[in-house]
This record gives sequence, C-alpha cells and structure tokens, in this order.
Amino acid sequence: MNYSENYYDTNDLSDEDLLETFTPASEVEGPKDIGEFEEEELERLKQTGIDLTTPDRTGTFIQTNSSVQKCDCESPGVELLPITEALKKYDGLKDYWWKLVSAEKDTFTREADQELDNGYFIRALPGEKVIYPLQTCLYMRNENIAQRVHNIVIAEEGSELHIITGCSTHPHLKSGLHIGISEFYVKKGAKLTFTMIHNWGENVYVRPRTGIRVEEDGVFLSNYISLKGVKSVQTFPTATLAGPNALARFNSVIVAPEGSDIDTGAKVILKAPGSRSEIISRTISFGGRVVARGHLVGLAANIKAHLECQGLILAEHGVIHAIPELEAHVADVDMSHEAAVGRIAQEEIEYLMARGLDEEEATSTIVRGFLDVRINGLPPELNKELQEVVEECHKGM
Amino acid sequence: MLQIEDLWVEVQGREILKGINLRIGPGETHCLFGKNGSGKTTLLVTLMGFSGYKVKHGRILFKGEDITHLPINERAKLGLGLSFQRPPTLRGVKLKNLLALYSKESDAGSELALAYNFEDFLGRQVNLGFSGGEIKKSELLQLLAQSPDLSLLDEPESGVDIENLDVICAMIRKLLQKELRKHRQKSGLIITHTGLILNYVNADRGHVMLNGQIYCHGNPRDIFERIKNYGYEECAKCRLFEQGFKI
Repeated sequence: MNYSENYYDTNDLSDEDLLETFTPASEVEGPKDIGEFEEEELERLKQTGIDLTTPDRTGTFIQTNSSVQKCDCESPGVELLPITEALKKYDGLKDYWWKLVSAEKDTFTREADQELDNGYFIRALPGEKVIYPLQTCLYMRNENIAQRVHNIVIAEEGSELHIITGCSTHPHLKSGLHIGISEFYVKKGAKLTFTMIHNWGENVYVRPRTGIRVEEDGVFLSNYISLKGVKSVQTFPTATLAGPNALARFNSVIVAPEGSDIDTGAKVILKAPGSRSEIISRTISFGGRVVARGHLVGLAANIKAHLECQGLILAEHGVIHAIPELEAHVADVDMSHEAAVGRIAQEEIEYLMARGLDEEEATSTIVRGFLDVRINGLPPELNKELQEVVEECHKGM
Repeated sequence: MLQIEDLWVEVQGREILKGINLRIGPGETHCLFGKNGSGKTTLLVTLMGFSGYKVKHGRILFKGEDITHLPINERAKLGLGLSFQRPPTLRGVKLKNLLALYSKESDAGSELALAYNFEDFLGRQVNLGFSGGEIKKSELLQLLAQSPDLSLLDEPESGVDIENLDVICAMIRKLLQKELRKHRQKSGLIITHTGLILNYVNADRGHVMLNGQIYCHGNPRDIFERIKNYGYEECAKCRLFEQGFKI
C-alpha cells in the first residue's frame, strides 16, 4: 500500500519533502557515551520506559542519532548487537533482512534501505526464558535530523523475551523525522512481548514500518503507548500468524494533544488453523487527530479474532476515526469487532457523582480506567512503568 | 428524613410525575409498587438529581434541606444513595477502585466483598459482562461502602436467582440497619415488582404509583396482596373510593 495515497494527508509536506527537510542523522555527531547525557535527558528517557539505573534489565541498547552508545546484555541467552554488526556477523541476515517488510514499500522504506543509520539486532536463543526485560532506546538528540533505523528481533524456538523500546527526542528538541523498520520473528512455541513507548517532540514525524511473523504455538504481544504530542505518526504493523495456534495481540493507548496527527493500527493475517488475535486500542483526543485502524484477515478455519477501538474526544476540534475491518475467507471463523467514539457518557459521570464524587473526580476516574487497558500479558514490572507513564500524563492534563 | 411536596417532573418535554407527595421518616423503609412506565424510576433518579429530569413544580426536602436543585454529588454527600436498575459499564474501572473511593476505611471494600461472597469481582471492570444478579450485588456493595442515610433501591431483586436473593436481601438489611430495633436511623425507598423482597426485608409502608401519581398508602403486605388479587387498576378505584366517590 502506498501510504501517501491511502492515508489522510493532513501534513504540509509530501514524503519526499520530508526527506529533503531533515538532515541525515549520520551527518550529525552523537555523544561518545551515555555519560554525556544531561540530567533532564536521563529523566526524559525514564519517562519513556528506559531506566539506566535499575538492575531489573537483561540488557540495554541505546542509539543516539546514528551512533550506538550502549549495547550490553548480561544474559547468555540473548544476543544483542547493533544491526550493522549483526549484518556483518551473519552475512547480511539473508533469511531475515527485508523479509517481512518490503524495501520497495514506500519512500521511507527505500530511504532506510539506502541510508541506514543503525538499529538493533536481538535474538533470544532456543529455549531461553528471559525474566527481566531488555530495553532499547532510539533517541534523537539534535534538531531537524532524520534518523533511519532497521531492527531485527528473533525469538528462537521455545524462548521467551520481553523488550521495552523507548523512542524519544531531546527534551528541548522540536522537529525531526524518525524512520524505523522492524521485523519480528517469533518461532515455534516462543513468546515475545514488545512494549513500545513513544515520547516525541511536538513537530516530529514518525514513520515506523513493521512486519511480524509468528509460527506454531508462538505468541506475540505488542503494547504501544504514546501519551505526548507529536506532529505525525503513521504506523500499521502487519502480523502473519503462520503456524497453528499462533497468537498475536496488539494493545495501544494513544493520547493526541492538539496539533498531533496519529495514524495507527495493526493488521493481522490469520493463516493457520487455530490461530488467534486481538487488536485493542484506546485513544483520547485533546484536540488532535487519531486514526485507529484494525484489519483482521481470516484465511483458515477455527481462527478467533477480535477488534476493539474505543475513542474519547475530550476537547473541541478533536477527531477520532476508527476503521475496524474484518475480512473472512472461510466460513468457519469467529471474528468480531466493536468500536465506539465520542465524549464520556454523561450517564457514566453522573453514576459516579451519585456515589459522592464531584464531576472532576468522576471524569478522571473514567479516563484513568479508560487508559488502563487490559494490557494482559504485561509483566508486572512493565505494568508498573505503564502506570507511571499514565500518572505522568495525568499531571499534564 | 425525606419529604416530597407536590413534585411535578418532565422528561424530554413529557410530564412523567404529576404531583407526588411522600414523607419518609428516619429508620423507615418504604416500598413503591407500580406498573412499568408508571414513573417509579423517574421518581428515584429525580431525587438523586440526574440531568434530563426537570422539576417543574414542587420541592424535595432531605434532612430539612431543600435539595430540589442541588448537584448530584452534593445530594450524595448529604446522605442520599441510589442503587441503579441498569447502571452503565465503566471500562477499565475496577470495582475495588470504586469501593476504595467511596468508603472512608481503606480496606472496607474487600471486607464487604468477602462478607457477601463477591471477592472475585473486585478486580473486574465495573458492570462489564456482569449478570443481572451480579449487577445488583455490585450496586449494593457500592452503596454499603458509601453508607447513605436514605437508600433508594431500584428493583434490587430483579434478575436475581433464588440462591442470591438471600445475599441481596442480607445486604439490604445491613444497609437499612435492620439489625437495630430502637436506634435505627437509616431509611430506604425500594421499588419492587415482584414483592419478593417483602419476605426478607421488613417494610413499614407501601405506596402504589400509577400514571405519575401516588395512589394508596398503607401496609405494604396488604397492598401487595391486593395488587396480586385485583391488579393495579383496583388501586386507582380504591383511592377514589377513599375520597368519597361512588363507583
């Protein structure tokens, strides 16, 4: 699909213009190591789920602009490398490189193909069950740069891994472009949880392009959280459930302040019998625009898939556009969706007021609940972080 | 406790309540009978102050204070509580969080849930996928945490199976301090269709509502017997008879 044709084009710049506008990250020198980060930057990363002080991390990868400052992994069960090194070590990663996302997909994939800055390579070795999450951070530190990354994640047979990815910009940075190609391979019986927290500057353009392949009995859980202002995000990860009983679940919590245009969603192709999927999004507009997509494609018998888009508009001029799609190619499927957008129902507010809460308390109780989505399968330490981010967001409301 | 004086209420331009007078004293439990659509629920939600229920005439006094135009939460703070017949679903809001918000003691919610066999629901999203009986239990649990002085209960027994009826009624008795004989302060106004509740909860007075008006006041069991035997229409005639008209 050509994004520029099929997506609303509320941006003032075409895809080509965007590339012209920003300086390649490779032309701007990044810091030598994380010791150069200022206090407010570390605080910023923390808000994005990246904690450099906690011992509860299996490993850490930090890329600023185009250079990698940190790439350490304590667990022998996980291999963590900058993608440029992995390409050398594994002879171009022939079975994985551009296999789930086409390099010819659009302007941004072509750009990433030709002008790669870096990215991460993560591989959980067969049977390894890693308890603490691995954290990866893609950070843009300078104004008006274009960061182009390509990530490969492989969960080998029977492995279990949680990855927290924080994508952020310097606290005082306003403008930039982030292009992120990610390809996830979840092999037989493996389980991969991927939590992505976006925390961008208000004039940043974000263009992730993501493909996922899940084999027999494999599980892929994606949590996407974006609570701060951003100029424009376009993301539409596509997962293929290739083996029997594979499972993919996408949860997203998205807040769009005024001036933000966030076009997100997921597509899941249920190819194998018994595979299951769930796409759940909770979106709030404080004046910005959210497109919440979901496309489930049932190609095999006995699959089960559900789609849920719930949107709250909490300020004038806010737009929430829910686009749930169900596509069944065989009869014996269980596919459903529900979508609802609008303001908080007066009935709900009055219900809580009848128990003694004032209008403000009632509203914030409902919003907090709304944001506290059923991110089932989120390990407790991640859950805590999400809560912290949600609380953080509340302070700003 | 509660005094309603000549209350006329409009909903979406339609006159629903037409001159309601009612008085409930401290420690008293009253039952409200009436057909579907007679205005019973409208009376309860008007007392609570919900938007869309417009008082055209008359007033509501609660503990001597005129609450006719008070915001909902201030009525709740004064000690008025309502158990909803069909409450809304609050996605993501867990029952235990609400109980913690309503009760003054931090773990009152879990104690209550334990006492009424509802612990499994503490972590559930409020009313999401609850059965009819579960909704009633959840409503009463929330009211117990809130502990109002006057409980307005909208058909608390409808949709409840026989096994759970015991629990529901135990909750209502607790709410209305039925264990106290002399110093009972808590009052209740209960809408009931089935009258089943009368077998479990002692009520002091009954009223019949027809077409937005209250006809007939009296012993709730007697009234319910009459309704069972002769239907609601008889109540209308009965009042006329009381007023000296010949039928």
